[in-house]
Amino acid sequence: MVRRRRHSATINLFYLPAGVLFAVFIVYPLISGVAISFTDWDGYRPERQWVGLDNFVRLVTDANFHSVLITTVIYGVVCTALQQVIGLGLALALDRKVRGRAAARAIIYLPLLVSPVVMGTFYYLLFQYNNGALNDVARALGGSPQAWLSTTGGGVTAIVIVNTFQYVGISMIIFLAGLQSIPSDYSEAATLDGATGWQRFRFVTFPLLQPALATSVILNLIGGLKLYDIIQVLTGGGPGTTTSSVSTLIARTYFANQAAGYSAAMGLALLLIIVVLTVAASTQLNRRRLDQL
Amino acid sequence: MTSVLRRRTLAAAVSIFVLLVVIVQLVPFYVALTTSLKAKSELSPQWVFPLQNLHWGNFVAAVEQAGILRAMGNSVVVTSLSTILVCVLGAFAAYPLARRRTPLNRALGAINIGLMMVPALSLLVPLYSLLAQIDALNTYWGEILVMVTNSLPLSIFLYSAFLRTVPAAVEEAAIVDGANPLQLMRHIVMPILRPVTVTVGIITGVNVWNEYALSGYIMSSRQMQTVPPAIASFFSMQGGNLGAATAASLLSLIPVVAAFLFLQRYFVQGIVGAEQ
Repeated sequence: MVRRRRHSATINLFYLPAGVLFAVFIVYPLISGVAISFTDWDGYRPERQWVGLDNFVRLVTDANFHSVLITTVIYGVVCTALQQVIGLGLALALDRKVRGRAAARAIIYLPLLVSPVVMGTFYYLLFQYNNGALNDVARALGGSPQAWLSTTGGGVTAIVIVNTFQYVGISMIIFLAGLQSIPSDYSEAATLDGATGWQRFRFVTFPLLQPALATSVILNLIGGLKLYDIIQVLTGGGPGTTTSSVSTLIARTYFANQAAGYSAAMGLALLLIIVVLTVAASTQLNRRRLDQL
Repeated sequence: MTSVLRRRTLAAAVSIFVLLVVIVQLVPFYVALTTSLKAKSELSPQWVFPLQNLHWGNFVAAVEQAGILRAMGNSVVVTSLSTILVCVLGAFAAYPLARRRTPLNRALGAINIGLMMVPALSLLVPLYSLLAQIDALNTYWGEILVMVTNSLPLSIFLYSAFLRTVPAAVEEAAIVDGANPLQLMRHIVMPILRPVTVTVGIITGVNVWNEYALSGYIMSSRQMQTVPPAIASFFSMQGGNLGAATAASLLSLIPVVAAFLFLQRYFVQGIVGAEQ
């Protein structure tokens, strides 16, 4: 028993290396981030002035920040919605034994492995105004070319499309796993009772996919809300900041505008937004997973 | 008859839908290939594959001007060391959280889930100024420690979730037989954890290889750039020569595609495993 207790003490120490890294690179930055957000620091000079809540007042009153916030929520919500619809459709289609199923699945989730920066450069070729492959198609069909990446609407649309398709494979895989966990007797029983295909989906399959839906929504939502790489490559957040997300605005405010204090405050706001929306979405979707640990 | 007809129409519609998504996923890769194989002076539309005269100059430019091979070398160092550290430190940290359910360890487990939610850019200002103070910018160790820290919460979560599905009997027996804690980890626990280690390794490897949001600032010098920052900065300088930038992107995909072909099965299991 003594040996057992000594063992336990040593074993608890196994957490220590990870714990030290968390303390140095997450907890300490979090605390010093709060401290910086109460100053007018420019990010370079050693001196900084305490400005109280100024940066947070600015967050609440800054119309530019508000529109970036709305764009960020659009990225999060629209991408997530599209990914659920397309991902569920793909999972239902590829759950049956159809020819080319393995190849189709592989191609659909291949982009998951590719850096968003690389995907961004590839999609840039499609979306660019001159010589862009999409505008070639538009011209061939007698339409007029679109300035996808230099207008607000075009830029936001392009970014939503790229992010949606790059990560739609996550939803597909999660829904496929969900479908495979549903015993086939349920559907068979419903068929014997005379349920049509739609009724089987609506009243048997879909309710049983709730846990998969919750997981998929939360992963996609977090991914969309913290979008950064694709925006930087496709539009750089412009024109102005109209296609920026909070993440890209944080970097611009820090490095280009040299308002480190304000940028740190934005970072805390982003953290808060993601935690609140994630927790809200997961409670809403009846998740039990969070309290398992 | 009508029901058969309807079922066939539905099946056809479903196939067309899948085919469309597959095409959408392939088009960017196809256009990248055609663009990278054409000289800047060639004006044929991007849709046209240059069957007649393949032009390899863009790949030469990617190696010589973008330094893509050096960037890939940097990424290999950062990714391999980070992945090894995440697997080892993650398994060690998860073990007490899963096996010694003290109030402190339960609290650490809950905090771990909170850590999984922290977006990289939310701590940009304090993290970057910390790294500047300790001279960690443009160093392998600085980049690796940040990548490891950001990958650890998910790996700890996966390891401890798996451990809790495995009975502790073997470990208890080893302790009774006099194994010390390090022997226990090395000879008993790590072998048990092998399936999760594959998952954790793949997820971490892919994420670190592809990471841009922080790496772009931590590894900003040309000499130290990892792949995504190198491509992004080369791409932004190449307004007139997208072919070379695209060739650099394609070269950077080679290790990813190779890993994908060899590890495809584990990769899918990994994603599914991460959700269960």
